[in-house]
Amino acid sequence: MREMILKLSGWGRFPQTECVVTRPRNIEELRAALARGPGIARGLGRSYGDSALAPASTIAMTGFRHMLAFDAQTGVLTAEGGVALGDVIESFLPRGFFPPVTPGTKHVTIGGMIAADVHGKNHHKAGSFGAFVDWIDVMGPDGALTRCSRTENADLFAQTIGGMGLTGIIVRAAFRLMRVESGWIRQTSVAAPNLAAAMETFEASADATYSVAWIDCLARGADLGRSILLLGEHARLDELDHPKRAAPFATPRRRMMAAPFDAPSWALNPWSVRAFNALYWRRGVAGAGERLVDWDSYFYPLDAIADWNRIYGRRGFAQFQCVLPLESSKAGLGELLEAISASGQGSFLAVLKRMGAGANAGAGAISFPMEGYTLALDFPASPRALALMERLDAITLAHGGRFYLAKDARMSRSTFERSDSRIAAFREAREAQGFAASFKSLQSGRLSL
Amino acid sequence: MTKDPVLEKGPVLVLGGASDIGLAVARRFAREGHPIQLAARRPEELETAKADIEVRYSVPVSLHAFDALAIHAHEHFIDTLPALPEAVVCVVGLLGDQRESETDLEAAVRVMRSNFEGPAAILGVIANRFEARGSGVIIGVSSVAGDRGRATNYVYGSAKAGFTAFLSGLRNRLAKKSVHVMTVKPGFVATRMTEGMKLPPALTATPEAVADQIYAAVLKKRDVVYAKPVWRAVMGVIGAIPEPIFKKLRI
Repeated sequence: MREMILKLSGWGRFPQTECVVTRPRNIEELRAALARGPGIARGLGRSYGDSALAPASTIAMTGFRHMLAFDAQTGVLTAEGGVALGDVIESFLPRGFFPPVTPGTKHVTIGGMIAADVHGKNHHKAGSFGAFVDWIDVMGPDGALTRCSRTENADLFAQTIGGMGLTGIIVRAAFRLMRVESGWIRQTSVAAPNLAAAMETFEASADATYSVAWIDCLARGADLGRSILLLGEHARLDELDHPKRAAPFATPRRRMMAAPFDAPSWALNPWSVRAFNALYWRRGVAGAGERLVDWDSYFYPLDAIADWNRIYGRRGFAQFQCVLPLESSKAGLGELLEAISASGQGSFLAVLKRMGAGANAGAGAISFPMEGYTLALDFPASPRALALMERLDAITLAHGGRFYLAKDARMSRSTFERSDSRIAAFREAREAQGFAASFKSLQSGRLSL
Repeated sequence: MTKDPVLEKGPVLVLGGASDIGLAVARRFAREGHPIQLAARRPEELETAKADIEVRYSVPVSLHAFDALAIHAHEHFIDTLPALPEAVVCVVGLLGDQRESETDLEAAVRVMRSNFEGPAAILGVIANRFEARGSGVIIGVSSVAGDRGRATNYVYGSAKAGFTAFLSGLRNRLAKKSVHVMTVKPGFVATRMTEGMKLPPALTATPEAVADQIYAAVLKKRDVVYAKPVWRAVMGVIGAIPEPIFKKLRI
């Protein structure tokens, strides 16, 4: 196991920093990597900001990519933390299983999904990924492995789900896959002319398995918040036509495109973004209705464009994702969208999603999800956009919302503290267990987490 | 899954099964439904790899202790396999340290034996079994380093050159006996062995890419495969330099 010095960043390519990286392949090497000093585990680097960056010691977990056991009766898969979600799908979709919760890319690791307690388009019904995790083997500061679950070391379990890798290294986990009858999704798209209509459609679609909206964040006035909602259901066998029914999991392989170079900074301007959004809206309106979409295109549209993060140019971009409580969602979203469209600092990809309630909403001690509406946008990492994001922080706080750490690269410590009353207890636990001295990322330092 | 008329779904034996390329090749064949036999010096360290392949691809994986240099045990090793494999992939090798090999004869001989004598011996045994059966695929992973001796790695390179010549002769002998012999010559591969080295990306393959290439080449019954393919041209140029000039270069 060699030490490598690599310039790393999150998916947003902002910030970038040189890190000493080790890539252990087994438990002994992982212990040795941890013994080098405080650091953080890193999976496939798809968190957007600085969650998986530690200049002194970033431990690449991609060497821990073994699947260990599968029970076809229960659908429980036991796998090492560095196993990629895409590999899980490749192996198990042909056998009729699919991840119960998936983020918008399949290029994430199981460890990363647990650490960020990721949610998907089915959050309103299924909850977050942590709800499907049975147990986790966590390597603590002393290099010892501790198995935790809802019944065994339950505190550690709750703190590790959504704990951003700050409670130890996720070495192995067991989680449940769900049964599906095909690799196809019945997608219904609905055009909502404004924010109120979009929210009404979400509320009326509570029974849909999947729901998400692309939102035109530059539309103004009466069009404010106009959205294309995409609802989805796993297609059952009897809903497929004959050739598909004969091979229900044989979906076409998508052709990959690539962003081969960084877009020049002028390519992204208020006009190009506005034009893109307007075009997307018109296409959505024209294409409203139901159609059959393969799983890869439905869940991971951007995975078809390798390195799509380069469209924001060399300086990278920052994601903003907040969730607002249900009661203040309408007012809060309205204010957020007003602020964005007034600034003209639009985002190509703004996403709105209704999040569900219940025990599974956020499975971990500091999980992001709560019942309400979540809004996600990305902005070039320019001074103007960063200033706008501070304004969005303030609106979110005023409406009782909080922020998604897996997206964050720039929030201030005081904003973070005011957003979430659960943080103090998490910090105390980190100190008391000795985690704080051993597991540190640039983000945890910035936020004093 | 691709139809695989060459191998049906017969077992594939990987010699040097603990190496990154060996494991990638094992996964590639397992993905197509082949049972896998992983042979390595310390098979007990491959339990996780075995579980991984079995869980991912629902094929049986067996682990076998194998020391390429224990030549007198090779016949017995083949006898103890659960079945005579349909294909064998030999990834056994030792890069060694050229400087050390220049002064330490023991070290030099170890590199030579690990890259030539051991691999050639076991493949010779397997070749006879395949010949008797009248079918089989033998895949030997050699190296571009065997194409021309260079100051920086000629001990390793010379052994690989011997292995390359052995494979070529074996191919010639068995071509009429329905046994296909394929030579694979990787250039730079991003493995544990090369971790942390600065390798030119255009010339560096991942173990998975090498495995993909090997699998595709087996289906096409290719004889000599460079990985990446660009290495065929690179080595063509290096091979064409006249010796009086070559000896003064530092490549």
